[in-house]
Amino acid sequence: MTTPLILTKDITKSYEMGGLSVQALRGVSLSIDAGEFVAVMGPSGSGKSTFMNLLGCLDVPSNGDYTLAGERVSGLHRDALAAIRNRRIGFVFQNFNLLPRTSALENVALPLLYCGVPAEERHRRAAQRLDEVGLAERAHHHPAQLSGGQQQRVAIARALVNDPVLILADEPTGALDTQTSCEVMALLQQLNARGMTVVVVTHEHDIAEFAKRMVIFRDGRVVEDRKVGQPKDAAALAAQLRADLPKIGETA
Amino acid sequence: MNVLASIRIALRALRINKLRSALTMLGIIIGVAAVITMIAVGAGAQNRIEEQIKGLGTNLIILLPGSTTSGGVRMGAGSRNTLTEADAYAIQREIFAVQAAAPALRGTGQVVAGMNNWSTVFYGTTNEYFEARNWQIASGKMFEASDLSGSAKVAILGETVARTLFGDADPIGQVIRIRKVPVTVIGTLQRKGQSLMGQDQDDVILMPLSTARNRVLGRGSGRLRTVGSVSIKIRDGESMAEAESQIRELLRQRHRLQAGQDDDFTLRNLSEMLAVREESSRIMGLLLAAVASVSLLVGGIGIMNIMLVSVTERTREIGLRMAVGARGYDILTQFLVEAITLALIGGFLGILLGFGGTLAIAHFARWPVQLGIEPVVLAVTFAAAIGVFFGFYPARKASLLLPIEALRYE
Repeated sequence: MTTPLILTKDITKSYEMGGLSVQALRGVSLSIDAGEFVAVMGPSGSGKSTFMNLLGCLDVPSNGDYTLAGERVSGLHRDALAAIRNRRIGFVFQNFNLLPRTSALENVALPLLYCGVPAEERHRRAAQRLDEVGLAERAHHHPAQLSGGQQQRVAIARALVNDPVLILADEPTGALDTQTSCEVMALLQQLNARGMTVVVVTHEHDIAEFAKRMVIFRDGRVVEDRKVGQPKDAAALAAQLRADLPKIGETA
Repeated sequence: MNVLASIRIALRALRINKLRSALTMLGIIIGVAAVITMIAVGAGAQNRIEEQIKGLGTNLIILLPGSTTSGGVRMGAGSRNTLTEADAYAIQREIFAVQAAAPALRGTGQVVAGMNNWSTVFYGTTNEYFEARNWQIASGKMFEASDLSGSAKVAILGETVARTLFGDADPIGQVIRIRKVPVTVIGTLQRKGQSLMGQDQDDVILMPLSTARNRVLGRGSGRLRTVGSVSIKIRDGESMAEAESQIRELLRQRHRLQAGQDDDFTLRNLSEMLAVREESSRIMGLLLAAVASVSLLVGGIGIMNIMLVSVTERTREIGLRMAVGARGYDILTQFLVEAITLALIGGFLGILLGFGGTLAIAHFARWPVQLGIEPVVLAVTFAAAIGVFFGFYPARKASLLLPIEALRYE
């Protein structure tokens, strides 16, 4: 049996808030294999975002073990965690988190800056990733000059640029309309089809249905973990939505 | 992440907030400019005084006769005729540290040359005078030995006298009348300019000591051959204080003064007075530089202020950079480089402004200035140090942020 890409064992996380201890995670054990497409769901306060941050090495668990690609992550120094985030994980955020007044190309190249890739190589790889998400001709636009969907695609290109083993998307469609959401999810599905492991946190059931597996959190625990028999095809749905749009000038 | 990339990021961040960056730099610009200008002005003033000291004869001691007491009223230095020509020769002969000792008699009088006349000062002295006073002959020659011993009717004119009496014409060989005594001009002195007291040092005539005594002043004075002053130049490298005490010793012996009796002469050391002046100008310069440094300090605090605002404002950017793999060190470097860049650009502009200000002061206030490379190096180093010092706290603060909290910061 192959080792899972992600393996968590009895992870707990508690915060001190105004003298009160808040238990955000109460022992989560989960295993995700390479190549899976997992949607993490749950109402707000269920601990799904906390779990996501722990998976992304943005935060450390209070107790329990976390192993990523065979490497034990819990207990590592913050610089070591930074290196793991840099090389192994690509992040996609709800609000895109692109650097303002910085070109799409530079935004995509950002992770490469922190692992010592020379400038020329950085730009070459960033341009290639932008091409893959279909934004090659927007390379020199600033985020403010791009639509929400385009910004999120830039963010996905950035997540991919350092060839990670895992894409973590935290509410990637939260700030997008239905059609753009479908397009972004189609992109993630396409990556998954090429073998990339994708974990999406969402509270929208519609979005979760694009995944192959659903993990549902409630009160800091996993309450449901099931395979999705037939995930929806985001690309097809997006195409259909586009076709349904009333065409300008036809109404008259 | 290399330094070049950091600088590029810093420049972009500074460009985004152009006005704010410029205003922040203003403090450093003014500070550096002030330091450079003040140092240049201070150095200029000091230079001028040093030049004056050199012009005076650096190691000059003036020996004057003592004072007389007449019915309880003390008459001041030079009022007694205790100093003789022989004293001057003895000092020159017996004290090794003395390079030249020139006895001099001073007089004033009307000088006439053709249609022109002029009231001036004249000194009867010896050739040692030129050496003791660091004064060169501009044209003509010094006195001959026979001139000195034979009361020859010759004179050497200071620049002002020569110009006043003869204009552009060559005075050498011309006859002038000093107190109605006709003397031939054999030379002119080089221009010396104003003394520290603002007197025109070139308004002077020199003649042999014997001529002054026997022919012009008409002071028979017989065997004593008293003189009004002796200018003594001490050799380079000899201690002034030691030479002074040797001279005092010798004169007390020659004048047969008992132990406990007051000196019947006065020794004046001009360079002491100048040293005081130099010291005060140096202190003034330091004071100016200190005041200027305060403005640099204030400029530095301005940088810290803005960097702190910048860190707070860009917390999410820091969070994002950390999320994609920036270590605390990378963030620290980024903000530190930004602060240093700010300080260095400000420092560079400050140098330009400081140069401009210095030249303006030199031009409009006619103040002597001296621009050197040291203040520039000093100012740049200071500016960079300010960048590091005041940039470090905000940068460190940024580098210690937790990635998750920084990302969530609103």
